[in-house]
Amino acid sequence: MKKKLTTVDFRGTKEQEEKLLAVIKKYAGVKGAMMPILQEAQDIYGYLPYEVQKKISDETGVPVEEIYGIASFYAQFKLNPNGEVAVAVCLGTACYVKGSGDIIEECSRVLNVPIGSTSSDGKYSLEATRCIGACGLAPVLTINGEVYGRLTKDDIAGILAKYM
Amino acid sequence: MISTVEQLKAARQAYAIQVEMRAGSDKSEGKIRKHVLICGGTGCTSSGSPALRETLEKVLEEKGIADEIKIVTTGCFGLCALGPVMIVYPEGTFYSMVKPEDIATIVDSHLIGNVPVESLQFHEMTGDHHASGLSDMTFYKKQHRVALRNCGVIDPLNIQEYIARDGYLALAKVLTEMTPDEVIQTVLDSGLRGRGGGGFPTGLKWKFASNNRGQVKKYVACNADEGDPGAFMDRSVLEGDPHAVIEAMAIAGYAIGADEGYVYVRAEYPIAIERLQAAIDQAKEEGLLGEKIFGTDFSFDLKIRLGAGAFVCGEETALMTSIEGHRGEPRPRPPFPAVKGLFGQPTVLNNVETYANIPQILLHGADWFASMGTEKSKGTKVFAIGGKIVNTGLLEVPMGTTLREVIYEIGGGIPNGKQFKAAQTGGPSGGCIPASLIDTPIDYDNLTAIGCMMGSGGLIVMDEDNCMVDIARFFLDFTVDESCGKCTPCRVGTRRLLEILDKIIAGKGEREDLDRMEEMCQYIKSASL
Repeated sequence: MKKKLTTVDFRGTKEQEEKLLAVIKKYAGVKGAMMPILQEAQDIYGYLPYEVQKKISDETGVPVEEIYGIASFYAQFKLNPNGEVAVAVCLGTACYVKGSGDIIEECSRVLNVPIGSTSSDGKYSLEATRCIGACGLAPVLTINGEVYGRLTKDDIAGILAKYM
Repeated sequence: MISTVEQLKAARQAYAIQVEMRAGSDKSEGKIRKHVLICGGTGCTSSGSPALRETLEKVLEEKGIADEIKIVTTGCFGLCALGPVMIVYPEGTFYSMVKPEDIATIVDSHLIGNVPVESLQFHEMTGDHHASGLSDMTFYKKQHRVALRNCGVIDPLNIQEYIARDGYLALAKVLTEMTPDEVIQTVLDSGLRGRGGGGFPTGLKWKFASNNRGQVKKYVACNADEGDPGAFMDRSVLEGDPHAVIEAMAIAGYAIGADEGYVYVRAEYPIAIERLQAAIDQAKEEGLLGEKIFGTDFSFDLKIRLGAGAFVCGEETALMTSIEGHRGEPRPRPPFPAVKGLFGQPTVLNNVETYANIPQILLHGADWFASMGTEKSKGTKVFAIGGKIVNTGLLEVPMGTTLREVIYEIGGGIPNGKQFKAAQTGGPSGGCIPASLIDTPIDYDNLTAIGCMMGSGGLIVMDEDNCMVDIARFFLDFTVDESCGKCTPCRVGTRRLLEILDKIIAGKGEREDLDRMEEMCQYIKSASL
């Protein structure tokens, strides 16, 4: 999925930074530790803004461009924060043949957020995800991790209304 | 702690009572009269199985029979379309699409009154045949479960149930009765081929990595980065039977002389990761992983590494680069991983389903395994079937079963009376099997011969409403997104292909476009890693 560096201001706290430093310390000397460090950093901050990548670079001595290379390579690493209401529509094959392409467009229309981005007030985000493995319920979407399955386009406005 | 083979055998006997009722036995542990199995696979969890368990616990408590009924959360039963699914033993009554408000009825009528609730039971889609138990359901009848033998049968978070079903016996046998070369020979003779899609003989892979045992640091790795959309075989094995993979990796470690293993799992599989980690911890506590297993000189340790959503990391060299902590880009082969793999050391890398077959092969012998399947593809294959099909879910059939049997008999056919158009196998880099070839027996060589591939086992069914050009565009879009960018023909070529398809979809296609696309595809294939 395409990625852009965030335009949302960084609001990291002292507490988050301490957690991050603890994670980096935990992996000191471990072979191939950059992936788990980035994964745990994302758990702490919710995404991986430049400030966090820079901090990891300073502490580990790995150049920031190499860290950015990894962060931008893997779909799981987010360079943008999620919205308060994070909508993710599965575009795996099983969901796609059952019409998830229409579902995501309907979500985009109802939320007025383009696919793959976060609304400017930070309230809503909409992303297309790879297969989440709930193919038996296709087509599916998740809102803040909760799964909605066996959807039709007409269900969307009603489901989203609960979060608006 | 289990530190000798005798202790393992004694434990197996002691724990057997915990699972016997599920094989129809009327022997019970103490006051327990019935077992209620609730599917805790990702599919059923998404459709609400955790709420079922909560409600059931509450109702049993209220009725004062909590000590008579054993509730077990298992891995995937296979019939995801009908989730959440629940089975009551010893009868084997199959309840489908159960809601929390149905629980009270099931408890009163079935668990207390011994009368199964007919209206909530699964009914076959065809005719008015009423299946009374698993073995009577069309979905299960044609299946043959080897890799999935424990999925939906045991509690994956309870090592005792795994041991009760012959768990770790194969490892015990291998460590105390066989030489590493005998292990490799058995795997070779069984004819097992890589279930990740490549189809390379597993025993041969192990043999290549077996030189200089004890002199060089080696690794055993497991590919659980199931990236093909619509594929969830490996996830289901990890969720339903994690110990089988652990046991198999330890066996591989003994065979090639490695003392350390890595399982590379997609981060998108939280339940699988949690259960695998719990299983590794339990195995360590019991002494089945760690130092001097079964009192021998063999030691083995296992770690989990999480993928982060990159399709290309399903490729073996990319996966290893990713475990090392870099962008997951493939490296040229040779050198093959068996010579220079993880951290530059000799490595055996197999997929989850391949490993799940290993303990069974060593326990029952190469001939037993080779008696299933076709001449060049032995054993069984697990498929995740989805799309326009009645029984969406997970199934395992002997190699050589035809696509027609899978779709129309086990899969229950196409919903809404529509026509079958094609089945897509092998993920984005695989192909589509058209209706005219529906009687092809499925094995590695047959699928390759018709220009398709076995792949890891994702099988997406399409009906007359699906547009093949649109499907091709969908996969190309995926490929363009997931191209790692290392080789120019792939990075640029896939994008050009997508542009041509967009043009065709816009109604501006020309006859030459087809030739152009075919030519470009050949170049991309031959000039990329």
